[in-house]
Amino acid sequence: MKKVFLFILTSITISCSTKEDISKKEVVENYANIAYTNYHDTYNQALALKKEISTFTENPSTEGLENCKKAWLLARESYGQTEAFRFYGGPIDGENGPEGQLNAWPLDEAYIDYVASEETHNINIINSSDKFPNISADFIASMNEKGSETNVSSGYHAIEFLLWGQDLSDGPGAGQRNYKDYIEGKEGTAENANRRKTYLLETTNLLLRDLNSVLTQWEPKQQNYRAQFIATPDQSIEKIVSGLGKLSKGELAGERMFVAFDLRSKEDEHSCFSDNTHNDIIANATGIQNVFLGRYKRVSADSTISGPGLYDLLKQKDESLAEQLKQTIAKGVAESKKIKSPFDQQIKSEEGRKQIAETISLFRKQGDLLAAAANKLGFKFDPEAT
Amino acid sequence: MYSKILSLFVLVVTLLLHSCGGKENYEAISESSLYPGGTATTDDFSVNAFGHAAPNISDEDQLRFVTGNAFFKRNWVTAPSSTSDLDGLGALFNARSCSSCHFLDGKGEPGFEKGQSSALLFRLSIPTEAGGTLAEPNYGNQFNHLSILGVKEEGQVNIEYEELNGTYPDGQSYSLRKPHYTFTNLNYGTMQEDVMVSPRIAPQIIGLGLLEAVDENDILNLADPNDKNSDGISGRPNYVKDFTGDSLELGRFGWKANQPNVKQQVAAAFQGDMGLSSSLFSDENETLSQARFINTVTGGYPEVSDDILERVTLYSQVLAVPKRRDAENQNTLQGQQLFTEIACSSCHNPSFITADHSDIPEFEGEKIYPYTDLLLHDMGEALADHRPDGLATGIEWRTPPLWGVGLVKTVNGHTTLLHDGRARNVEEAILWHGGEAENSKNQFKKLSKIERLNLIAFVNSL
Repeated sequence: MKKVFLFILTSITISCSTKEDISKKEVVENYANIAYTNYHDTYNQALALKKEISTFTENPSTEGLENCKKAWLLARESYGQTEAFRFYGGPIDGENGPEGQLNAWPLDEAYIDYVASEETHNINIINSSDKFPNISADFIASMNEKGSETNVSSGYHAIEFLLWGQDLSDGPGAGQRNYKDYIEGKEGTAENANRRKTYLLETTNLLLRDLNSVLTQWEPKQQNYRAQFIATPDQSIEKIVSGLGKLSKGELAGERMFVAFDLRSKEDEHSCFSDNTHNDIIANATGIQNVFLGRYKRVSADSTISGPGLYDLLKQKDESLAEQLKQTIAKGVAESKKIKSPFDQQIKSEEGRKQIAETISLFRKQGDLLAAAANKLGFKFDPEAT
Repeated sequence: MYSKILSLFVLVVTLLLHSCGGKENYEAISESSLYPGGTATTDDFSVNAFGHAAPNISDEDQLRFVTGNAFFKRNWVTAPSSTSDLDGLGALFNARSCSSCHFLDGKGEPGFEKGQSSALLFRLSIPTEAGGTLAEPNYGNQFNHLSILGVKEEGQVNIEYEELNGTYPDGQSYSLRKPHYTFTNLNYGTMQEDVMVSPRIAPQIIGLGLLEAVDENDILNLADPNDKNSDGISGRPNYVKDFTGDSLELGRFGWKANQPNVKQQVAAAFQGDMGLSSSLFSDENETLSQARFINTVTGGYPEVSDDILERVTLYSQVLAVPKRRDAENQNTLQGQQLFTEIACSSCHNPSFITADHSDIPEFEGEKIYPYTDLLLHDMGEALADHRPDGLATGIEWRTPPLWGVGLVKTVNGHTTLLHDGRARNVEEAILWHGGEAENSKNQFKKLSKIERLNLIAFVNSL
């Protein structure tokens, strides 16, 4: 009896909430829809990548390798946008989240396969069949965390390395792996081609498994993270805003761009084997814009999700801040698209550095503005702290 | 049921009495002592409490801090790698990144439940006939329990804890855990029988630049090597080699004050913990006897470029100190008074005023509250490692700063203390004190339970 009464009381409290609370709930629900759809696209793109990799490993050819690379590049476009759902301990990077296994870098490439060095030749997982007889998704996951330390050996960048190969060139140009690395016997260009195939397939399986684990947490009408997320709109708004701010300033402007810019450090960049870092930046910036505006353009089908976003919520509190953020974010996306490829060469040229610096300062400003937005919404976070 | 209610009632009454009775007004503390890092103080008490740049540093340094932070967190990888700035790990190492041991810029714990912890390392040496020390011939200065593929790690360390029971004069019992270490699966031959082993845990790294800025004379003024004032407390400076100029300088950092400045501490950790060469320490961390078995490529010389070394050094210098919490409640104030009365503050010297800092001008003239004298003290037989380090004897340790200590639980999820993390909390750490601190410890034991709790509450408010 008491319980029922309490329930009724709670329901009344909820239904009595102000108009603004309702719109918070709407924003959170729309966010959850975007997250689910974005991860759904990402999963499908990874499936398409898996399909190309299966075809390629069955019958290796130049064309097959090129198809794999194209599929990988496409898969990165949607994954990059999902990073807007990071930095608040959600399904992707909470305590048991797979982020470290999916997207960590720098990759410990010499730990996985041969690199250009006589001395370390054959002392890596692929070329040590006696030490590591069976390569499976579980085995790769265990090697990734061996000895209480992370040895990055899985995820998108492991696949990237196995497709493109090491990029040791000083000038422009991505890795130059020969498709014959996947042909066993005399014709082949490297030993243990079959083990390399297995590694490539199994690390892709692991990627699919990890993405699926995140996807199911955002699925509608389940007892999952999403259900809890929608039920607590106040906390969830804090997560959404702080996640965007941290991705903007600490991660994107700082870790991913300023560090390479500061030290003119070649290959100290996200997708160094494929020279795709410029697109990673655009995808992150787009992901932030998606969430802010509450809309998402699907990659696989030609449709758009649209609903109330942070912009609408903030507008009720401070219209000019909402407008300023909207414009800064749009400018950040536009300026990031002007960074030429490859990123590792642009950080060396005067013109390239100017464009990168301009984009970094916009992303930093965007992080600070999101922190200001948080103050307006009644909470605090540090956009520098990832 | 009735007895439960009764005891609850008694408890409530007791609490009420305590809060009403006794000495109510302890000496007020100064406003400045609430900001232990002076202007280099942060008011973030979250999991990221140790991770902020001092708010008063220049914009340019704020940006360098971003790069330093990235390299502090980033994993180093096997050479050769496409990411050439970050290759050259090992071949032997304890950790792949700084943050692996100083997680969130905080403190490590032994945590051997999940396999050997990287945050607890073991320094090794052997005595010479002339009374000095040398690196252990087969294993060098430091035991490395990890290695890159194709190279054998040095071996493993096992810890067994022995519980030692004790009782306070008021009858309350306590238990301390004493560690026993054994080296197993040794891959590079036997260790010399007279090897001296010193376990060291990774501390929180806040406020280091401020400690660098303390005038040497202010530290030496606290020293009393021959105990002229007969308080039972000596306090001796360590003098250690400064590798930039080859001179002997006052040691300030490390459990035995064996590093003169942050830059050398950082470079030594890159070398000893990660097997990375720098312009300060050009060698790898392998011994001659190991080099015969290890034939790997380096990440170029130096593996840690000067730019990276400078950024990580700056990062480690300017991490802000968290503001005090609950500093002004009556319990904490009583604890603070007792801390002075039983002479904890004789070694855990509350404050300094900083002099100039050659790299960070903003750090000059700050009143800081680190609760250390940066000097060496005999801490008694129970804590001794019996391994001399520079002028530090085998029973001496440097007074560690106490600032931030109460936030380690929030940041790192544990409360372990002392050089090898044997103390599970502040109380146990106090009870392990011996030697020059024997008298203070005994006075602590004689306090009432409430007084003991208040003293601990004070330490946790730092």
